[in-house]
Amino acid sequence: MSEGHDKESQGEHGKAVVTYRTMNVVVSLTLMAVSAVVMVASYRLGNGWAKDVGPDSGYFPFYVSLIMFFTSGVTLLQHVMTRHRDGERVFLHHRELMMVLQVLVPTLIFVVLSIYIGIYISMALFIGFFMMWHGHYPWYKAVPLAVTVPVLLFIVFEIWFLVPLPKGPFEAWLGY
Amino acid sequence: MDAFFSLMHGFEVLLTVSNIGYMVLGILFGVLLGFLPGVGGANGIAILLPLTFSMPPTTAIIMLAAIYWGALFGGCISAILFNIPGEPWSVATTFDGHPLAKQGRAGEALTASLTSSFIGALIATIVLTFLAPIVANFALAFGPPEFFSVYLLTFCSFVGMGRQSPFKVISSMMLGFAFACVGTDEITGGLRLTFGTETLLTGFHFLIAVIGLFGIGEILVTIEKGLQFEGQSAKINPFVVWQTWKKLPKYWATIIRGTAVGVWLGITPGGATPASFMSYGLAKRFSKDGAKFGTGMLEGVVAPETAAHAAGTSALLPMLTLGIPGSPTAAVLLGGLLIWGLDPGPLLFVEHKDFVWGLIASIYLGNLVGLIVVLSTVPLWASIMKIPFAIIAPIIIVICGIGSYTLSNAPADLIFMVMFGVIGYLFKKLDYPLAPMVLAIVLGGRTENSFRQAMLGSQGDLSTFWSNGLVGSITALSMVMLFWPLIMWLYRRLR
Repeated sequence: MSEGHDKESQGEHGKAVVTYRTMNVVVSLTLMAVSAVVMVASYRLGNGWAKDVGPDSGYFPFYVSLIMFFTSGVTLLQHVMTRHRDGERVFLHHRELMMVLQVLVPTLIFVVLSIYIGIYISMALFIGFFMMWHGHYPWYKAVPLAVTVPVLLFIVFEIWFLVPLPKGPFEAWLGY
Repeated sequence: MDAFFSLMHGFEVLLTVSNIGYMVLGILFGVLLGFLPGVGGANGIAILLPLTFSMPPTTAIIMLAAIYWGALFGGCISAILFNIPGEPWSVATTFDGHPLAKQGRAGEALTASLTSSFIGALIATIVLTFLAPIVANFALAFGPPEFFSVYLLTFCSFVGMGRQSPFKVISSMMLGFAFACVGTDEITGGLRLTFGTETLLTGFHFLIAVIGLFGIGEILVTIEKGLQFEGQSAKINPFVVWQTWKKLPKYWATIIRGTAVGVWLGITPGGATPASFMSYGLAKRFSKDGAKFGTGMLEGVVAPETAAHAAGTSALLPMLTLGIPGSPTAAVLLGGLLIWGLDPGPLLFVEHKDFVWGLIASIYLGNLVGLIVVLSTVPLWASIMKIPFAIIAPIIIVICGIGSYTLSNAPADLIFMVMFGVIGYLFKKLDYPLAPMVLAIVLGGRTENSFRQAMLGSQGDLSTFWSNGLVGSITALSMVMLFWPLIMWLYRRLR
């Protein structure tokens, strides 16, 4: 981790977006919310002793999330009440956030597209896009690779190992 | 002597052309996965698991285990040449390995690290060969309370031995248990926590979690730093290898200490990463050149590598004998066993002898083949490392996606993979450990079932976990582990 070098690199990475304290608070609140939802759902299932079954379906998830609620609550208090040593350290700078989003958003689009138009076409688009946008490659370098990878994977999975992957209209047109 | 004859039988099972071929293939895959940041042993095995469904189980596990050895070897290449640990357990290797490479002694550092990895693994395998049947035999008498207490010890150890906040360790673990509960309740057959959706009927597959947490999450952490690889050249030839081998016997004490630490932390679920740090620390304290550690000492490479490899190997012992993996990678192997219909635990040694001993024999051979293959292909890997991240990253993400989909041909798994990726990214940055969560997802069902069966047997009386010497001492030890951070805190306060 890049402890300590955050201050001087402030200019290089852009403005600070969020601190560790804030992120710790957000994550522990989210975990507490998840535990609350699971606790309610398990309570409805029955979190006590059932005849012939012993501890009921909801027993284990109920106590698991009760413990999670408690420990996340402590983490929350630790970061709200006390001045935790790295509380003000910057979690993300503007430039870093952009970098992460530049990967996360295309990944999400790739995944959703795979479900609808098949994984092979989506991965060609994804690899080509990523190389040109993130790596600033010219199209005559990006396109050959973006075509080669899906073709190779198609041979490995569909023909060699006979493992079917999500396919769309294009593969259907090819007869697969 | 029984173990020896069983092992010989194992070699008989192992030595077929296709098994050896898949082993070499697995090692090459493993090295590739091990030294690329973003894919590691656990994640790599998870992705390749579906490809092995059509193979006989013994061949499949040999290949998957070979990937594991390859990943263990591969982590040190990027650590030494590029100062980028390919795996968490190679972090300690960078301390002295990279300075050595900068001095133009990369060949020496690589030879020392790979050879000491091999020695650590070899000793751990010998321990595994002779100890595993004894443990399995002992565990045959285990009932639900005993199993639950062993699970309890596994999870409490994370709290006692982790360096992160104990509250974060427990939160991460409990989130894993909650994920494991989603879907069908194995005892009543009813549905739970599906919130009325069909996609959650089958629950969360833990391999999706592994691919998301370790694959996508790691990519996000890596990309944020805008990673630039600046490598040192890797000059390695038989002369350098021979010269380094002549120096290694000098470090026998470090090697033995590292192996002991590794074997111990591998069996208890500490894992390879703490083992490598502990071994490095011990070597620094006991070496007469301790002050020079960090400037490029060969001993500083030997220490973490022996321990990491010994731990990685011995993590298979509790996995095979008790069904409790000592590391996330061992957990993925356990997942493989379950998919092939083999139930890890003491009965495996009785009912599937061929399989168990074939696997153990493959560890001996896999490490030897791994050492030779990796030593002779170092320049190739170093050149792959020079491929820019803008090309490697999308390919890794695509491969993660394929791995997630092929597990059960469920499109929703792709979305879950990205979700786990975001969780992995946040948890990694906020210092929530991922290993307890993965192990909780894997073992959640078994832990819950053993608890419920034990409770049903005792009619709800919790004292069943103290009902005899064995289960009582394991439970007591778990409590010590659970409250260890508190004990240490009180101890420091009182002093």
